[in-house]
Amino acid sequence: MHNNKLYFLSGLTALLFTFGCQQTVNKPMLAKKVANTATTELRATGDLGLVIERASGQIQIVDHSDKASLAQISGLGDLSHASIVYSRDQRFGYVFGRDGGLTKVDLLTNKIAKRVMQSGNSIGGAISQDGKLVAVSNYTPGGVKIFDTETLALVADIPATELPNHPRNKDGSIKRSKVVGLVDAPGQKFVFSLFDSHEIWVADLSEDEIKINKYTDIGLNPYDALISPDGRYYIAGLFGENGMALLDLWAQEDGVKRILDGYGKGNKKLPVYKMPHLEGWAMAGNFAYVPAVGFHKVLIIDTQTWQQVGEIDVHGQPVFVMAQPDNRKIWVNFAFPLNDTIQVIDSKTQQLIKTLTPGPGVLHMEFTPRGENVWMSVRDSNEIQIYNTENFELLKKLPAASPSGIFFTNRAHQIGL
Amino acid sequence: MNYFNSLTFGILLSCSVSGFVVNALPSEAVEQITPLNKQQKAKLIHLVKQDCGSCHGLTLKGGLGPSLLPADLINKPEYFLTLTILNGRPGTAMPPWKDILSEQEAQWIAQQLIKGIEDAQQ
Repeated sequence: MHNNKLYFLSGLTALLFTFGCQQTVNKPMLAKKVANTATTELRATGDLGLVIERASGQIQIVDHSDKASLAQISGLGDLSHASIVYSRDQRFGYVFGRDGGLTKVDLLTNKIAKRVMQSGNSIGGAISQDGKLVAVSNYTPGGVKIFDTETLALVADIPATELPNHPRNKDGSIKRSKVVGLVDAPGQKFVFSLFDSHEIWVADLSEDEIKINKYTDIGLNPYDALISPDGRYYIAGLFGENGMALLDLWAQEDGVKRILDGYGKGNKKLPVYKMPHLEGWAMAGNFAYVPAVGFHKVLIIDTQTWQQVGEIDVHGQPVFVMAQPDNRKIWVNFAFPLNDTIQVIDSKTQQLIKTLTPGPGVLHMEFTPRGENVWMSVRDSNEIQIYNTENFELLKKLPAASPSGIFFTNRAHQIGL
Repeated sequence: MNYFNSLTFGILLSCSVSGFVVNALPSEAVEQITPLNKQQKAKLIHLVKQDCGSCHGLTLKGGLGPSLLPADLINKPEYFLTLTILNGRPGTAMPPWKDILSEQEAQWIAQQLIKGIEDAQQ
């Protein structure tokens, strides 16, 4: 214990030292946030975020009040597909890299606090309700691993279902299903979907012994999932068939229901060059908006009945369908080769109201916490574009090398993000 | 956008080969094509890394789709890879790319995958 304390103190000194150095270099515009002590400049993290620079394995720390980049951190491995969750104190970001790397990044010191290689190939992660556990969903070997957020020590390993009929792994072991759509849920739970074995699992970590509820035969190849902001409904999108799988976590005993199984009937599904992502919850009033796999359409679901009540023709196959924080507008980006465009839907009239062309490779969008701005990563022009959500004015461009995901720290306090 | 220009040609070729699944690449047809220039090749590498990379990983070590590194393609002949790119693999998430890529381009990509894509950049 004593040692720990010493370690902490020396860490703190290092941290103060770092601040001192960065005061002049990285953030000249801090005046309004600075507490003017002689030696240090205090910085809060509530208006910061991280941007993935996909090709170079780097991330940028950004400030969405100042619309500025504060620092760049390298050495995060393969970030070709990466996502981030935040500690509840909003100081640390946990970056899930493609190569199985889990990196804990310190937004105050601009440094990697800790990094572990936890699998061969991972897809995403989630942080627990109490902020003490971080879970990672893995492709190889398929399963979920759970770590202590403080130390990144392994707390639990949940291997996915074995696939005896698939070719074996290189080391001769039996393949396991890839895991996707991992989210946190109230009651210290993690919920996730198994792509190859067509299942949804709910892992309850509220007690010492982990309890896992498994729902089988939920529909073919769940590719991603989301949870409603109240943590009640978990919905997995299906790739192997048209439709989605719905689990009501307030009525788990009712099992998983198939919804939207009628969409696209009679029409040929187009080749899917990029899997849609289900993130956040594009919901306005009683309607939820989701991408249709293989169609140039956004589907409208009535969340009272879970029936499809409409569809909106859009520019291409949607990847992200995201509501801005006030749910007034819904923003959609598209799969290759139509990924240079963003379209905006008015949630009141359910009509398209705007088409923007930020440029090839618009990969992700992130809204400021109360929604006045949206940041977009534009991969091929190596920049982030910041728009006013009210009048669609382009406010600023920030350079970033092949940017993909943008993640602001306010996610720390949202269920499922 | 160069790879779209050869779209029409790709479709013509695809029609001509559709009857010969095994000998998929009639060599006389391929020889008539102007070789891909440097710019076209750079665009194809970009496509492989960024767009194939959505599923196979930016470094092609695999993701939702399998690894496309040379060591993992040892038993996959070039024509098999070319056809897989053009026609996809029904029942899996691999889409057909024949509306996007010509046969010449698909074949060139298959060759680079076998050689290793990093080498192809130089």
